[in-house]
Amino acid sequence: MNIIVCIKQVPDTTEIKIDPVKGTLIREGVPSIMNPDDKGGLELALRLKDQFGAKVTVISMGPPQADVIMREAFAMGADRAILLSDRKFAGSDTLATSYAIAGLCRSLDYDLIIAGRQAIDGDTAQVGPEMAEHLGLPQVTYVCDAKLLPNGNLQVHKENEDSVQVLEVEGKCLLTVLASAFEPRYMTVSGIVEAYNREVEVWGADKIDYDETKLGLSGSPTKVFQSFPKAMKAPGEVHEVSEEEAVELIVNKLKEKHII
Amino acid sequence: MELKDYKNVFVFAEQREGNIQSVAFELLGKARDLADALGEKVVAMLLGYNVKDQAQKLIEFGADEVIVADCPELKDYLSEQYSQVVDQIVKERCPNIVLYGATTIGRDMAPRIASRLKTGLTADCTKLEVVSDEKSNGEPQFRMTRPAFGGNLMATIICPNTRPQMSTVRPGVMQKRQRQEGRQGVVTAFAPKFDTSKFKVKLVQTIKEDKAMVDIADAKILVSGGRGVHNKEGFDKLQALADVLDGQVSSSRAMVDNGVMPHERQVGQTGKTVRPNLYMACGISGAIQHLAGMEESDFIIAINKDKFAPIFSVADLGIVGDLHKIVPMLTERLKKEMEK
Repeated sequence: MNIIVCIKQVPDTTEIKIDPVKGTLIREGVPSIMNPDDKGGLELALRLKDQFGAKVTVISMGPPQADVIMREAFAMGADRAILLSDRKFAGSDTLATSYAIAGLCRSLDYDLIIAGRQAIDGDTAQVGPEMAEHLGLPQVTYVCDAKLLPNGNLQVHKENEDSVQVLEVEGKCLLTVLASAFEPRYMTVSGIVEAYNREVEVWGADKIDYDETKLGLSGSPTKVFQSFPKAMKAPGEVHEVSEEEAVELIVNKLKEKHII
Repeated sequence: MELKDYKNVFVFAEQREGNIQSVAFELLGKARDLADALGEKVVAMLLGYNVKDQAQKLIEFGADEVIVADCPELKDYLSEQYSQVVDQIVKERCPNIVLYGATTIGRDMAPRIASRLKTGLTADCTKLEVVSDEKSNGEPQFRMTRPAFGGNLMATIICPNTRPQMSTVRPGVMQKRQRQEGRQGVVTAFAPKFDTSKFKVKLVQTIKEDKAMVDIADAKILVSGGRGVHNKEGFDKLQALADVLDGQVSSSRAMVDNGVMPHERQVGQTGKTVRPNLYMACGISGAIQHLAGMEESDFIIAINKDKFAPIFSVADLGIVGDLHKIVPMLTERLKKEMEK
């Protein structure tokens, strides 16, 4: 079985702070990490590899610095790593991104594509399903469990708000995976050492089949009109008082607001 | 066809087991504002099996027309079946705007449709508006605002050159309109043409989870706990307070990650968006991801030991103090108030 895993390098958004004076993002010193849902996806691929045997290829689109997460994937157990990196992709929205990555997938042999549910910098959850559509593949999103059945089909659990659906998928497909369901394994020491001797293939746009108008900014139907720091509402009253007074303050407010 | 020929604001009216989801009514409320600003109509798409009787309810919450696709293939949500029908409706009717709930259904289907139609989709919008100003050359422009970078930044997105313009909105973000009993509208039956050769995913079984019994997004009063609550015993104190106020207990991400509270009680970017009448944040420092999920609450009270905790920046009433003492005292006091 050939499995493609889509991974993305993202800033650790839990570490981003707002400059209280300028109201802008402070991005300096914010660590870059492998997106957590994608890491869950890689873990699922490696579990399938452990159980049934598979070749796991990790792919990513991004700047050359994304090399770090590709090596992390090697150290976890990936067999091949391809980084799609080209200025032509700059300014891509989710549709243009999914088009480019789908183009890369077409150049590879695969039985299964696994992506993370969403990336923590964009939180859109769109690239996976948009890729599936470009490739004409069925999809299952919000995957919390997957196994290979004796008939060769995949049995997949999808986690909904109020239920878990058990689905059976025939043939090739694309899954998007929840980090919470697949605790990633640690990198092995020998894996880490080895990871730095392995080759991360860097592909330019010329290595895939594409229509120029569908790439980057020109292939992106959505545009950022403006971005701005979140408006903070005027702070209310803050009291440092005794517990008795605090209770009194709260009760009075609840009465004033007709909550009690 | 020119862009101006795409008309009307469509809403995907999500149903589960035949029950139209609250988010559909919320979207109709927003769609009504947008359609009125554009001088266009609100059209709901209702897909399912034995659901057509519910079309009138969608009209009463703001739809001018309901397109109903009612057939056994659509009994349960499956990506391909539903995508084919929505794709056919959209290609036939050419809407200007399409809105979906940002649920495990809407977020599964909407990108599939966007990719099929080669149009733009903006996820998890918190504000949708139609504006005519100098930046849009006086023409009405649909602007979609959403949080980015884990809620650290807001971005306004436009979709200038393709139609329909599409967005998803999380449940609890928009407000439904007052229901107008007996409101008149058109119900149109739609007969889908399925390409069954593409049906590769089969539903084997649905395992219902009891957690659906409580939806914190519906609660009028939430007593919410964070790291400062420490443990299960701490949450028992919050539960006692919630019981007196007839509210529910919710949680920050920290207490879900460490296993003290279940995920369905989590408020915030990766949990639920809530806007109760009263949100009591106890021992929650107020990470931006948490604030993103609760700052629209009508009234916010925060109790925290750290007077520099960011939660105080959104609280209407902030108390610097020990929740483990204040919460039980408040509970006892409120019990007495209620007896009066």
